[in-house]
Amino acid sequence: MTGRLAGGALLGLYRPGRTLLHRLPAGAKLLGLLVFGVVAVVLSGPWTAVAVLAAAAALAAWSGMGLRVLLHTLRGLLLIAVLLGAFQAWQRGWPAAVESVADLVALVLAATVLTATTPLDALLDTLTRLLRPARRVGVDPELVALACSLMIRAVPMTLDLAGQTRQAAVARGLQRNPRALVTPMVVRVAAQARATGEALQARGIGDRD
Amino acid sequence: MTRIEFDDVTVRAVTADGDRTLLAGVSAVLTESRVALIGPNGSGKSTLARLVNGLVEPAEGRVRVDGIDVTEHAAQVRRRVGFVFSDPAAQLVMPTAAEDVALSLRTRHRSSKDRRAAALAVLESYGLTEVADRSVHSLSGGQRQLLALAGVLATDPSVLVADEPTTLLDLRNSRRIGQLLFGLPQQLLLVTHDLELAAQCDRALLVEDGRVVADGPADSVVDHYRALA
Repeated sequence: MTGRLAGGALLGLYRPGRTLLHRLPAGAKLLGLLVFGVVAVVLSGPWTAVAVLAAAAALAAWSGMGLRVLLHTLRGLLLIAVLLGAFQAWQRGWPAAVESVADLVALVLAATVLTATTPLDALLDTLTRLLRPARRVGVDPELVALACSLMIRAVPMTLDLAGQTRQAAVARGLQRNPRALVTPMVVRVAAQARATGEALQARGIGDRD
Repeated sequence: MTRIEFDDVTVRAVTADGDRTLLAGVSAVLTESRVALIGPNGSGKSTLARLVNGLVEPAEGRVRVDGIDVTEHAAQVRRRVGFVFSDPAAQLVMPTAAEDVALSLRTRHRSSKDRRAAALAVLESYGLTEVADRSVHSLSGGQRQLLALAGVLATDPSVLVADEPTTLLDLRNSRRIGQLLFGLPQQLLLVTHDLELAAQCDRALLVEDGRVVADGPADSVVDHYRALA
C-alpha cells in the first residue's frame, strides 16, 4: 500500500477540527451541499461559475484545510479538469470550458469540505435517518447508507490502487501500454471490492437475523 | 470454551476447469483454548477456518458453533466468532481508525457520540489512541493489523479466528501480534505458517490436500509437519 494517493485524495477522509463547519449537523451540511450543487448547475455563465468556485474555495479555507492540503487534494482532479476544459474549448468555446471546469472543481471542493468536516459515521447516521421512510417499500436504510459511505471511501482507495498499478507498469517499462494499466487496475478494484464485501460479512455488518 | 464441530465437511469451488474439492470429509471437534491450523499453501486450512465464520459454506456436511449450524444461522454465529484476515487493508473499510472500530459497534450503540466514545475506549485499550483520527492508509502494517484486531474484538466475540495474522508483518510486529493473540480470553483458532507460534497452541491440525492428516498436541503435530517438509 503506497498511501501516497490515498493521502492525497482528501474526499472521504475526515479531518478533525473545531470550526463552525465541523460543528454543524451532518444533515445541514448535506442539505447545503445539495443546494450548492443545484445552484452551480442552474446558474450559467463562466463568471457565475468562477464565483461558485470562489465560494467553494472560501468554504474549504473556512474548514481549516489549508492551502497546501487543498492543492494536494485537487492534484488528482487536475488531469480530468484539463481534458474536460480542452474538449469543451474545442467543442463549445472558452466560456463553456471555463464554466464546466469551474463547476466541476467547485462541486468536488464542496463535497471534500463535507467529508473533511463530517465523520463518515455521522454521515451514515444521517443517511439512515433520511432513508427511514423508504423502509415501507422494502429498502433497508442502514444498508443503503453503508453503501453510500463505502462509495465515498472507495474514491481514495481506487486512486491508491491506480497509483500502485501505474508504479507496477512503470517498473516493467509498460507505462505507455494502456492494457498494462487498465486491465490490472480493473482486476484489483474488483478484488478489493470482493475483499471489502468479505470483510463486512466476516464482521456481521449487514446481517439481518 | 466454545465447541466448534466439523461434521464430515466437504467444500468445493467452481473453477474454469470444473469443480475443485478444497476440503474432503473433514471431521473434528475443537474445544481447546488455542488451536492451530497448519499446512502448505493451498492445503485447505484457510477454507477450514472460514467455515467457522460462515464465509465459506460446505457442499456437504455440517459446521456448528456451540451447537448452532453456521449455514442456517450465520448471523447468530458471527456474533460469537470474530475473524481477522492476513491483510488488514482488506478488513479496514472506514477512512479513519476510530470510524472503523465504530462501524463494528453500530448494533451496540445507537448514538454516534456513544459509538465514538466506545471506539476511543477500544483504541485506548490497544494503545492506538494517537491514531484514532488518522487515515487507516497512513498506519504502519503493525498498527493496521492491531486496528483490524481491535475492530473485531470490540464486539467481544467468544471465538477469534485469525487467518495468517502475522504473515505480512515484520519480526517485531509479528511477535507483538502473536503475544496479543495468546493473551486474549477468547478461544483462538489460528491459521499460520509460523510453526513457533503454532507450537504454543494446545492442539494443532495439519491440513494437506483438503484433508486433516495429523491432529493432536500442537508440539507433536508441528514436529510431524517439520519431518515431512
